[in-house]
Amino acid sequence: METLVFALLNGVIYGLLLFMLSSGLTLIFSMMGVLNFAHASFYMLGAYFAYTVMGISNFWIALILAPILVGGIGMVVERYGLRQVHARGHVAELLFTFGLAYLIDEVVKIIWGRTAVDYQVPAALDFPLFTLYGAQYPAYRIFILVVAIFMLVALWYLLKKTRAGLIIQAALSHPHMVGHLGHNVPAIFMAVFGAGCALAALAGVIGGNYFITDPAMAVQMGPIVFVVVVVGGLGSLEGAFIAAMLIGLLQTSAISINASLADIFGFLGLSPDSEVGEITIASMGPMLPFLLLVVVLMVRPRGLMGDREV
Amino acid sequence: MTSSYVDLAPSRAEKFRQRVLPFILLAALLVVIPLLGPSRSTLTLLNHMGITIVFALSYNMLLGRAGMLSFGHAVYMGLGGYFCVHVMNWIAAGTGVWGVVPIFAMPAFGFGAGALAGAVIGWPSCRRAGTPFAMISLGVAELVAAAGFMFDSLFGGEMGISADRMGGREFLGLSLGPLDDVYWFIAFWTFIGVLGTWAFTRTPLGKLSEATRDNPERVEFVGFDPQRVRYLVFIAAGAFAGMAGGMSAVQDEIFTPENLSLIPSGAILIAAYVGGVRYFAGPILGAIVMTYMGSNLSDYTAGWLLYLGLMFVGMVMFVPNGFAGIIHDTWVAIRDGRLAEVWKIWLKRSVGLILIAVSVITMVEVAFRWSDGYGEVFEPFGLHLSHQNPITWALAVIPFVVGILLVRKAAKEAKA
Repeated sequence: METLVFALLNGVIYGLLLFMLSSGLTLIFSMMGVLNFAHASFYMLGAYFAYTVMGISNFWIALILAPILVGGIGMVVERYGLRQVHARGHVAELLFTFGLAYLIDEVVKIIWGRTAVDYQVPAALDFPLFTLYGAQYPAYRIFILVVAIFMLVALWYLLKKTRAGLIIQAALSHPHMVGHLGHNVPAIFMAVFGAGCALAALAGVIGGNYFITDPAMAVQMGPIVFVVVVVGGLGSLEGAFIAAMLIGLLQTSAISINASLADIFGFLGLSPDSEVGEITIASMGPMLPFLLLVVVLMVRPRGLMGDREV
Repeated sequence: MTSSYVDLAPSRAEKFRQRVLPFILLAALLVVIPLLGPSRSTLTLLNHMGITIVFALSYNMLLGRAGMLSFGHAVYMGLGGYFCVHVMNWIAAGTGVWGVVPIFAMPAFGFGAGALAGAVIGWPSCRRAGTPFAMISLGVAELVAAAGFMFDSLFGGEMGISADRMGGREFLGLSLGPLDDVYWFIAFWTFIGVLGTWAFTRTPLGKLSEATRDNPERVEFVGFDPQRVRYLVFIAAGAFAGMAGGMSAVQDEIFTPENLSLIPSGAILIAAYVGGVRYFAGPILGAIVMTYMGSNLSDYTAGWLLYLGLMFVGMVMFVPNGFAGIIHDTWVAIRDGRLAEVWKIWLKRSVGLILIAVSVITMVEVAFRWSDGYGEVFEPFGLHLSHQNPITWALAVIPFVVGILLVRKAAKEAKA
């Protein structure tokens, strides 16, 4: 029971963080049809910017400033980079974002060094909030939960209840029609790209000190975010939400299961000393998202909730 | 106009010039190189170049020819190489059949293993093209790399598995002990690899793969199954990647799970693209440049990966045909006698690019010395460029602006 509750709580937090990252990517992906390889790099930039801003002021300013800065960078990237390559098709765009991810990694290493920076949880949030089964639960995790849910509701409201959201949704599926109606579609693309990057950065600001802020964080997070977007389905925020929660729960609960394959398949005669039998579920945790990705792309290419194929 | 398709066929002289001569030149080059008495480090570099050339060519069978963007091609080189390392250890043990197999044949074993890996993994992943294929290749690469760290008896954990290339019997008088012997081994298999991948482009399947890249629907109308074409190309590409793995197994005598990961896959993608995926010789060029940069530039500057990334992004944005494209365009302009009209544009463009490079290098070199915090200062040509020096900032900004203006002007004139 204890393990289950903790795995559930941590899984939900991780899932919400994943969703914050993938919501922006889903919007960009469904709008431009290109997976932004550098999306997780913006997440990393968010964490590093927050670290630097926190050094000269405080966490709350960083929480607002870092996403805005990263969003601005994202808009510049879209305007002067992606739009140039767009005419040459999706493969060129994918390659561009791949190169961009590479560049951001290297720039981060040059500016902030190759080792992890000491980006800490702000003192105001660094206390145990409640005690559960004798173990203290840090307040910062609940803070992540609150920020993520707030963002989720705000995003939902913006997209579903406002006129701007209506236009964005229309531009997702029928960009030409929206253009004919007199809206500046390239500007919408740029704004959505910037907003998506800002969301990723926000995830970086609140996730960077929860996990660890080092130059490898983009490479670790990037592929998992892709998995979320593809599994969730193209153009579907609901799908991305479900997929993010699914993967969050799957990974965190896998880590807390100590059983080995021999314990599970022992009845088939798998010996616990054999190499396959020795593998624990916990050690398989990092592989699960990719297994899910490959299976979903083969079996159900439109993802859980997508309305069209990738 | 009485022209039939017979007139369009290349003449014997053209055939010789286009199809035979380059290979004679390549063979001659491979034979001449050791006569120049290269040092040990040069030999090692050349050997790595040969391996990367075959690997890049196999990658281009996918990206350039069939239009399949793969983020996990190192998986096939790695699996082929791992198989060869195991075979080398079996040969060293010398039981049964393995007693008579020469180490020289390793790339052939890698070829088989790579093809098998391609056939098994390609079966599910080649059912989709475009972005889904790229994503599946990424997922598969992550899966295989993670599995590499799990199954110690097959992949040797973090340490990897090593072997001894001197274990087997001699073949063609090569013991494969000294580096000279290894050079001949690599040269032979590089030649076979280049010849093989080129021959593949001449086969009906090779031609069909290009058709599938450009218009899969029409391929289907003609009566071929694009999915099947992609699958077969994928197997062939895996096979040549495995061959490169076999070459690498003999040269480096070790394979680690790192060899399966996304890092070498990304590196070969960059090498092939920078060289120029539209041309057969492009990936060869890219492989040579990348290997050279990887081993030499890294001695000079810690920022070489950044330069590599900048070059790649610049190429994707402005020079989609890569080095080979630049060389080809230059050659065409000279051949058509347009040199007189274009040399001014070229001059402007080159000067602009050099100016941009000067400022970028200044920025990067100063930036990472500053961030290291060891107080080291970038001192090219006796200049003392610290981050407080106003000359540094002038060098970082002025050439950049002037360079961009020049390049833009050149681009405008080229269009006019």
